[in-house]
Amino acid sequence: MSHHIVEVKDLFFNYPDNIPVLKNISFRITHGESVAIVGANGTGKTTLLLHLNGYLVPASGSVRIGDFPVTKNTLNSVRRTVGMVFQNSDDQLFMPTVRDDVAFGPLNLGIPPEEVEKIVENSLTRVGALGLKDRPPYKLSGGEKKAVAIAGVLAMSPDILVMDEPTANLDPRARRRLIRLLSSFEHTKIIATNDLDMALDLCGRTIVMHNGEIMADGTTKDIFSNGEILEKSQLERPLVMQKCPVCNSEY
Amino acid sequence: MAKIDSAFFNLGYLDRLSYLDTPVHRLDPRSKLITSLIFIFVIVSFHKYEISMLLPFMLFPVSIASLGEIPFAYLAKKIMIVAPFAVMVGIFNPVFDRGILMHIGDTGISGGWISFISIMLRFILTISAVFILISTTGFTGVCLALERMKVPKIFAVQLLFLYRYIFVLIEEVHSMMAARALRSFNGRGMGHKVAGGIIGHLLLRTIDRARRIHLAMHCRGFEGDIHIMRAMKFRPADALFIVAWSSAFLCFRFYDIPGIIGKVTGGMFR
Ligand SMILES: Nc1ncnc2c1ncn2[C@@H]1O[C@H](COP(=O)(O)OP(=O)(O)O)[C@@H](O)[C@H]1O
Ligand SMILES: [Mg+2]
Repeated sequence: MSHHIVEVKDLFFNYPDNIPVLKNISFRITHGESVAIVGANGTGKTTLLLHLNGYLVPASGSVRIGDFPVTKNTLNSVRRTVGMVFQNSDDQLFMPTVRDDVAFGPLNLGIPPEEVEKIVENSLTRVGALGLKDRPPYKLSGGEKKAVAIAGVLAMSPDILVMDEPTANLDPRARRRLIRLLSSFEHTKIIATNDLDMALDLCGRTIVMHNGEIMADGTTKDIFSNGEILEKSQLERPLVMQKCPVCNSEY
Repeated sequence: MAKIDSAFFNLGYLDRLSYLDTPVHRLDPRSKLITSLIFIFVIVSFHKYEISMLLPFMLFPVSIASLGEIPFAYLAKKIMIVAPFAVMVGIFNPVFDRGILMHIGDTGISGGWISFISIMLRFILTISAVFILISTTGFTGVCLALERMKVPKIFAVQLLFLYRYIFVLIEEVHSMMAARALRSFNGRGMGHKVAGGIIGHLLLRTIDRARRIHLAMHCRGFEGDIHIMRAMKFRPADALFIVAWSSAFLCFRFYDIPGIIGKVTGGMFR
């Protein structure tokens, strides 16, 4: 199943103001892997993710999704393969009701309406939000919005899920539920996040970015126990890996 | 700020009303839209001094609102909020148009005042028809009806988006106003200059958001057409609704019903 592979090679990118944002990024993510991309705010995580579905085009270097290099001609199949969950759910839920929103993608793919109805039910059931079907998105809580946004992406049956800071702005309970949900998916997952505890729970592998470059790439456990890397990339060790503040014993 | 939100933009309540299940709600959005448009068109077609012949038209908003279980207090409040605009339109008539048109007792009433009252009446009638339409059909329903009736799709879709994001925008305005109020002391920093900055900033944020929404749409296969699944069914009841009300409107338009009633009951309007 080579089309679940994401390969980025020697990628450079700068926004029109010409300050380089991404420098010499290379990695390869294979089928079924879960990878966290961590790094301080403004290091370019979001910018990198936007290359994975062809929204941004590298200044040099290449991005391959499965068998295709990402180019104008392959954009449609790339966007079908890569499902994007944005940081701000309000940007993603633009239709009048939850149902319309989840149906948006499948209808665009030309799937007949009766079929779409089933897809909508399935996707909402998977994220545990079937009860919200007829609600307008502005009335949902943060966690519910996120769940619905994910349902909208699942409805396109992507092979790869790309998420930008999914747990940002969620309360602890909603965050927990989201993590449980994500761990039930078998997709290849790429998650940009500053929530290292979530990364530890969900992702076997972590890529650390710093100032637009990859500073480290390895198993999550190794990276999070390496104080030097965390220090340099301005990150903090996940809570579960810190010493217990009460009894001062190791985790 | 909270006041403006609760009074002017209490769209959430409007939305909730549209989920009621009454005979009026069950009608096809298109039949309600068409009937309301005919209603507005007929009202606007009266000459500017007309008052008495407008009165029978009250029957439409009153009966639809009661059948559709739309609280009158709510309607009245909405009308009061928009009323200043109508007053602004009509207030110069009494100033410029001073010719005496009729007498009540010994007092002469100028044409200006009559047309002013006529404007207010028409305003109340049309605005209540629009609010009733939206609260019994839902904003989405109205947009979709427009689209089905071959109004350019882009227009209908823009209305939909406006409605979706006005909530987000209000929230943004709120938080920015609150941030300003919290950091201003003795009224400093509450002036026009800062307000201008806030509006500019809001505009930039809105453009940014529009870009992200567009991106999100493309990520889900958007290629210029918005598809919405919504079964609309035009039943005999809908045809009856349109025909019955339209004939009533035409009847009110061409026969002076209050005049006739007046004559019959012994000439109250002499
Ligand atoms: N649309 C844009 N135009 C210009 N510069 C941008 C734009 N978006 C992001 N940047 C800049 O690119 C850098 C990386 O941003 P971003 O990818 O959003 O970082 P992260 O997601 O890691 O917080 C930042 O310095 C930011 O200011
Ligand atoms: Mg980001």
